[in-house]
Amino acid sequence: MNGLTRGSAAIVGAAESDIGAVAANMSPLDLMAQGVHRALADCGLKLKDVDGLFCATTQARTSAMSLCEYLRLPAAYTDSTIVGGSSFEVHVAHAQAALAAGLCSVAVVTYGSTQRTVGRRQASAREYNPYETPFRPFLPSTAYALAASRHMHEFGTTREQLAEVAVAAREWALLNPVAWEKKPLTIADVLSARPVSYPLTVRDCCLITDGGGAIVMMSADRARGLAKPPIYVLGCGQAMTHASISSMPDLTVTGARQSGADAYRMARMRETDIDVLELYDAFTINTILFLEDLGFCPKGEGGRFVSGGRIGPKGSLPVNTNGGGLSYCHPGMYGLFLLIEAVRQLRGECGARQVAQAETALVHGNGGVLSAQATVILGTQAAL
Amino acid sequence: MANTSTSPLGTYLEHLEKGELAYQFSPEANTAVFYPRVICPITGSDNLQWRVSKGIGTVHATTVVFPQQGEPYNVALIDIDEGFRMMSRVEDIAPLDVKIGMRVRFRVHKAEGDDPPYPVFTPAEDAP
Repeated sequence: MNGLTRGSAAIVGAAESDIGAVAANMSPLDLMAQGVHRALADCGLKLKDVDGLFCATTQARTSAMSLCEYLRLPAAYTDSTIVGGSSFEVHVAHAQAALAAGLCSVAVVTYGSTQRTVGRRQASAREYNPYETPFRPFLPSTAYALAASRHMHEFGTTREQLAEVAVAAREWALLNPVAWEKKPLTIADVLSARPVSYPLTVRDCCLITDGGGAIVMMSADRARGLAKPPIYVLGCGQAMTHASISSMPDLTVTGARQSGADAYRMARMRETDIDVLELYDAFTINTILFLEDLGFCPKGEGGRFVSGGRIGPKGSLPVNTNGGGLSYCHPGMYGLFLLIEAVRQLRGECGARQVAQAETALVHGNGGVLSAQATVILGTQAAL
Repeated sequence: MANTSTSPLGTYLEHLEKGELAYQFSPEANTAVFYPRVICPITGSDNLQWRVSKGIGTVHATTVVFPQQGEPYNVALIDIDEGFRMMSRVEDIAPLDVKIGMRVRFRVHKAEGDDPPYPVFTPAEDAP
């Protein structure tokens, strides 16, 4: 029970900031502000309508304070919860609660990162962990590689099956004009790429780009009559099972099982009700684990499930339709981009990559090292 | 109440200095607790006993890091026989030859300069 009401809030505006490689000396706050400006323009609202700020970035310790200053919104209700890449899926639930409680009436969820420009080490300093750091894990890749090794051992998952996830993401990215990657990718390309942390090669790992964006949320009863049709928040769920990979309770079962169950219960839906999936694919193993834990295939079957292009543009289950963190954009914390793509799919704005008759979308965010799992189910008026 | 005189990490490192792999045991939960803590995460009690492991375990998960510069090296999660899991590496064997299920034995990687000692493992085919 999370106390939220199905459909009580809606996403009314959504936009990316500049993404990929941004201009020199652009700051994370510049990208947040650019995202806010574009997301407000998307729905026809003004900056002074905003009275709720939900934000996270690894490059500002007190990002809500910095954003209040930048946007000159001193009285805004703020929440800068940060749990890694899924922070923004958590923000959606928090914003839904704040809107229902009357703490704000126009909530913006926003993110900005210049990780490619300033370098990953500069953008996201690693904390010393006396029980892990001495062994020099190349984090986060090594943690996901350990989970992948276990999945291969227990279920016979193969490197080729992991590579299928990267190939499907690339095929979607080739349909997205703003995706970072522009060239086709084969399974053989993935397997022969530079190894990072066995069994993962660089093509099993997400991109390192700049980027940001924003979404605008309002109560459902105030969300109609704006520039775009509202996209309703039907379900939310979160689970934080660990922070360090050595404390993950089971390397082959993520908190998505819990967060997904909670979101389905709130939405009064199950996996067969979902038209399009946006799953946080920081690494190829993620997509396999989340398809299992969210009920799209039995535990252990994820590798076989994604084979034969099933989750690509020509497959039967549309997953990561923007090209994902693997091929579209990944500036350190990717969760906001999942929400933006889901909104666009449900509005029918996606051109060559548009999923036909998409009325419901499942967004699943992942933070840390398979640590912070957060699910959001979105739907159109027809799904309400 | 007076401040406690030792920290969980401090006690763990003192044992490592003596060549011992220490862990905590929660008598009320009847289970090992690792990493060392101030309270038991199962019961909430501060009654945690320090115990010394026999230092035998099994590789639970394994990877090989390929740094941009330098030689590849192993990183593994080890399930210690007393019932706790830790990150470490398996030495004295090629990193890609470390396999899940392999029995391993603890030894101390001694302190170097400002870096404290830490536990590493070697293959232990003789271990039961």
